[in-house]
Amino acid sequence: MKKSALLGALTFAGLVAGTASAATLDDVKARGEVNCGVSTGVNGFSAPDASGEWQGFDVAVCRAVAAAVLGDPKKVKFVTTTGQTRFTALASGEVDMLARNSTWTYSRDNDLKLDFVGVNYYDGQGFMVNKDMGISSAKELNGATVCIQTGTTTELNLADFFRVNNMSYEPVPIETNAEAQQQYLARACDVYTTDASGLAATRAAFADPENHIILPEIISKEPLGPVVRHGDNQWADIVRWTLYALVAAEEYGVTSANIEEMAKGTTNPEINRMLGTEGDLGAMMGLDAKWAMRAIQAGGNYGEIFATNIGESTPIGLARGLNALWTQGGLQYAPPFR
Amino acid sequence: MDRTAPFVRTAMIPQAPPPRGETGLVHWVRANLFATPLDAVLTVLSVVVVWQIAAGIGPWFLNAVWNASSLAQCREILAGEPGACLAVIRDRWHQLLFGFYPSEFYWRPTLALILMLVALAPILFAGAPRRLLWFSAVYPALAYWLLWGGTIWFPALALAGFAVGYGAFRAVHAAVPLIAVPAAALATVLWWVFLTGPLSEALHAILPVGLTFVRSDSFGGFMLSTIIGVTGIALSLPIGILLALGRKSDMLLIKTISVGFIEFIRGVPLITLLFTASLLLNYFLPPGTNFDIVLRVVIMVTLFAAAYMAEVIRGGLAALPRGQYEAADSLGLDYWRSMRLIILPQALKISIPGIVNNFIGLFKDTTLVVFIGLLDPLGLTTAIRADSAWNGIFWELYIFVGACFFIFCFGMSRYSMHLEARLKTDHR
Repeated sequence: MKKSALLGALTFAGLVAGTASAATLDDVKARGEVNCGVSTGVNGFSAPDASGEWQGFDVAVCRAVAAAVLGDPKKVKFVTTTGQTRFTALASGEVDMLARNSTWTYSRDNDLKLDFVGVNYYDGQGFMVNKDMGISSAKELNGATVCIQTGTTTELNLADFFRVNNMSYEPVPIETNAEAQQQYLARACDVYTTDASGLAATRAAFADPENHIILPEIISKEPLGPVVRHGDNQWADIVRWTLYALVAAEEYGVTSANIEEMAKGTTNPEINRMLGTEGDLGAMMGLDAKWAMRAIQAGGNYGEIFATNIGESTPIGLARGLNALWTQGGLQYAPPFR
Repeated sequence: MDRTAPFVRTAMIPQAPPPRGETGLVHWVRANLFATPLDAVLTVLSVVVVWQIAAGIGPWFLNAVWNASSLAQCREILAGEPGACLAVIRDRWHQLLFGFYPSEFYWRPTLALILMLVALAPILFAGAPRRLLWFSAVYPALAYWLLWGGTIWFPALALAGFAVGYGAFRAVHAAVPLIAVPAAALATVLWWVFLTGPLSEALHAILPVGLTFVRSDSFGGFMLSTIIGVTGIALSLPIGILLALGRKSDMLLIKTISVGFIEFIRGVPLITLLFTASLLLNYFLPPGTNFDIVLRVVIMVTLFAAAYMAEVIRGGLAALPRGQYEAADSLGLDYWRSMRLIILPQALKISIPGIVNNFIGLFKDTTLVVFIGLLDPLGLTTAIRADSAWNGIFWELYIFVGACFFIFCFGMSRYSMHLEARLKTDHR
């Protein structure tokens, strides 16, 4: 009796796990919207505007996936997740994918049973100091007081960096980025360290951004990218190749302005295959032929998304750097559409 | 014998003005502010401190900028002067109040709030007409319909569940009185689980009356805090009373369940219950279940508040002299009557400060939902700052949120003082 109850429970658990992981695509199609986990607000990456529409670099990935799968970039339900709830929300099926500044690490990929499908932003930890300190390199920071968010990988990176370079520092523990800005501006610490994109956004918010410099050293690798659950390879492929389609579109010069023209057929067979003019690549993932075209139309290609949300013309003003295409010395590289 | 002439005053002496220095402003100042050297020193110190604060904050408020589209523009207008950039409130007040609720439906939560005040009136104030209590009873279903929208039949039929329960009670009570209460409860639950959904769909097909459905993920700001807080407050008091009575009960099963529930909930932090509501429940429920996150949070907050409330009320019960219980028994009242007529009115009166204390604490605790990613007012300050236009703005948002919370909580506190004064029957 007990055994059969246990078996029953196991079967039920197996069924639950099976249905939860096997066919995210079917779930999404039946539901008519993609549940996308975003952060509760990171400048340039995900933020609601005055009318409540979510905007940003991470949000654009969700919209592209929704456009590819459902044909409408608006069919996204944005679920705000915090640093603590993000991975559980994904694992429990509350969201179909995460697009929220999550660093791809070994243990997250393996131990938490998640799949990082790519990198939409190569970040790294940097330092910001006041100009009047007269410092031009992080190697000169010996003895500095450093504002550091507790319980993050940045804290560990900082300790490693100072130890390797035989320097000492005095940490000023802070809880949130907001607190860090206040402490740093009040000169409670000489240095503020966090991801370089965060530093740029923080500096942009200062009344006197010209008086603060971000030091050239980047002391860690923080590849940020969309995440899906382990075990549903089809869904992982859809998110991965949507991201690649955006990158490839930039490489081949397909923009939101000329995509209609390009879709009529070009001399480049790769573009034709990607946009569904030739062959039927979409069917291999369970989508229609025009999936990539719609994904690109949602917010433009990777370069356009970068420029509108975090690029040099925005207040955040991030340079492409590592996130330039591989043809321009960066790391963004899409495998061939073939 | 000498006779002493008796003296009887025939005319009253006119009232003399009080001596100089005992009236007017000078006296008040001397008596209240400079009575002793220590008082004088403290007064001067306080004036200096108050002046310093006012001089520091005053210009900041007086220079406030209301018309700007970004923090940078605010700074441009202020040109280096200290000043608040209240333009952010002007730009985003609707989000701080309603979250992402569709703007064309702002009248719905507003109306729900106004009707809530109407529904509360007969409960809170003795002067309000008693017939309004009927409206108070219907209000929860009405509020749900206004906030979430959808067909009107669903909340109407859910409300009808109580009528069904009462009907079942009457029917069974005539036959087998002992099981009347369980039968009524069972009938209500069965009605809710099996009949409400299909029936409301069928009725909606025949007579489609309804509002546009709004999903709870668009709830936010003070609207969310108020929904969670008010529901928690309204439900925690009756549940808390039952738990407190259960804990004092002689029946072993009821007592054990009550004690177990109270001690379990009190032993767990609210944030843990919230994480359970947001994360763990998803693992237990079958996949595809769409159990509204706001409802999940409301349930958890209510259970949490009820456990604390039970202990506050148990304190009131314990404070009553034993003679009151015996008096009730000697009148021949049964348990429920003696509780309703004799014990609880006194116990609840004693507990008022504690109860309101719990209410205020609960209302402020609603901001904890920010940790499970719901956008309460504090969560929204982060979201608003994430917009490039307002990145770097802190004080203005926090002051606004703090002021709103203060108004709510101060109101509750004043009401509790009014209630205590009204119910004051002792001669202390």
